[in-house]
Amino acid sequence: MALSTGRVNNTARDRAAGADGTRGRGRPPGGLRQGLDRHWYAWAMVAPVILVTALLVGWPLARGVYLSLTDATEANIGRTIGVNVIPSTYEFVWFDNYVAILTSGLFWEKLTWTVVWTVTCVAFHYGLGLGLALLLNRKLRFRSAYRLLLILPWAIPGFVSAFIWRYLYNSDFGVINAMLRAAGLGGVGWLDDPTTAKIAVIAVNVWMGVPFMMVAVLGGLQSIPGELYEAAEVDGATPWQRFCFITIPSLRTVSSTVVLLGTIWTFNMFPVIYLISGGGPGSSTEILVTYAFREAFTGVRDYSNSAAWGVIILLLLVVLAVVYRRSLRKQGEVW
Amino acid sequence: MSTVTTAGGGRARGRGERGVGKSILLHATLLAAVAVSLFPIVWLFLTSLKPRDGWLSSELEIFNQPSLDNYVRVLTETQFPTWLLNSVIVAGLTTVIGVFLASTTGYAVSRFRFPGYRGVMWMLLVIQMFPVAILIVPLYNLMAGLGLLNQIPGLVIAYMTVAVPFCAWMMKSYFDSIPREIDQAGLVDGLTPFGAFWRVILPLARPSLAVTAFYSFMTAWGEVAYATVFMSQEEKRTLAIGLQQFVGQHWSDWGLLTAAAVLIAVPAAIVFLLVQRHLVTGLTAGATKS
Repeated sequence: MALSTGRVNNTARDRAAGADGTRGRGRPPGGLRQGLDRHWYAWAMVAPVILVTALLVGWPLARGVYLSLTDATEANIGRTIGVNVIPSTYEFVWFDNYVAILTSGLFWEKLTWTVVWTVTCVAFHYGLGLGLALLLNRKLRFRSAYRLLLILPWAIPGFVSAFIWRYLYNSDFGVINAMLRAAGLGGVGWLDDPTTAKIAVIAVNVWMGVPFMMVAVLGGLQSIPGELYEAAEVDGATPWQRFCFITIPSLRTVSSTVVLLGTIWTFNMFPVIYLISGGGPGSSTEILVTYAFREAFTGVRDYSNSAAWGVIILLLLVVLAVVYRRSLRKQGEVW
Repeated sequence: MSTVTTAGGGRARGRGERGVGKSILLHATLLAAVAVSLFPIVWLFLTSLKPRDGWLSSELEIFNQPSLDNYVRVLTETQFPTWLLNSVIVAGLTTVIGVFLASTTGYAVSRFRFPGYRGVMWMLLVIQMFPVAILIVPLYNLMAGLGLLNQIPGLVIAYMTVAVPFCAWMMKSYFDSIPREIDQAGLVDGLTPFGAFWRVILPLARPSLAVTAFYSFMTAWGEVAYATVFMSQEEKRTLAIGLQQFVGQHWSDWGLLTAAAVLIAVPAAIVFLLVQRHLVTGLTAGATKS
């Protein structure tokens, strides 16, 4: 097998295809060879995605990490204007960007708000979703109608919802203020004050996210066998005990999946913040993702700094994934 | 917590029986929830039917001189039809290419334990959480270098990074639920592993293909960040960024915006409601199969 690794795949695959008839399968042809014989079709099926992601994610990622170690901005990055090629003049500065970010109060402020935003939203999503699912999981007239109507916010594309809510929050013409005025209270400049703006964006995200949780939990509830409850009733368990010892444990797998998904989605929720408050007033409602985006694409585009923000955000999410995988493994998933 | 206690209280009387008071409470709670979930949508619809400057009134009026003025203006005086077309093309291409690429991968990781399996699973999971912020600058430079800025293929390529891992993950969950004996029967009948996948498994996975396609369509349909950065020319915009123009810094016309929003939301919502039963099953299948 004196082949260069780059060509091993094709050559050996051809051989594997051609050699099948002449050589017995049981002959031990060496580890790599054996692997190719057994696994080449699996690898071939995975290959397109690996190639695409390597090209579209791997390369930009490597480039992003590299940029984060430089001081590149729009002003000093190489570019071509017409026939003139302007060479790059940015320099390698190692971890200066990271040090600057991690020692700035701004980062911790944004991180705190992002964590508050994510935890609050996911808690409300899950809590309300579970509550509504429990209500809908009972014998009830108009059950399908309720379910359908409650799901609607999910059916509206996210950016449309964001625009609707921005109109509702409008301090002059918005219906929320109109109601407050009709009730004799003064209008509130919802998006003009940091605190109310934060409450406002959280409310929108909760509104958008509850239906998914509700449907997911409802699916989980319906898969719990009724005999469990009957047996518990016979044994004299109170409703509360049945809820704690049957419902909650049975929902654990569904819950962990949807909570993880919800956490990632909320953490990276770009449209709600960007379209409703624009991160404002000031940068008070800016979460990490929108802040890094703003760094990269407003004013003098600061490529290196935003790349460093991106890397930090990614590391946070990877930690989350590791924790998640550990919990999956406890439940017996093998990988 | 009140929801929890009501839920438990009902069961104490046995399934399906409960007092009148509890029934009223239950329906009242649900009606309140429905009111909250529906109100913004209803208000959007009502506002869109107001006459040209109807949105400017701060009075609470439900229905005053309904007119289709806003719809006419959106369709004839703005670039809305162009943006709509762009969005349809971008989302359509993303869906087709994404689902095709993802289904083979989903099948491979569902059926085969091959060296590199864990790496692929990790990659699929981690890429799903990639923040826009880290990829957008390098991708922007890459697109600029290839001359793909303001080009629909460029945006589609960028959406691949979001759609493919997610679709592959979904397809894997579904393939996991198809018994392996079916592939093996195909192999016994003389099909190659590819043949078994293509002729036996893919047709069986049609519902899941549809759901996955729908998901990636919606992802591309509602994406804001990449579209904002990559498509700066007016006639290349997609809906998500085009709409921002109606309510800009200096000038806003909520009449136009609400009409456009209704036009976008209605078809999306109809399709959504048709497939919604399968949406969550696809996502959480891996977790619920136990």
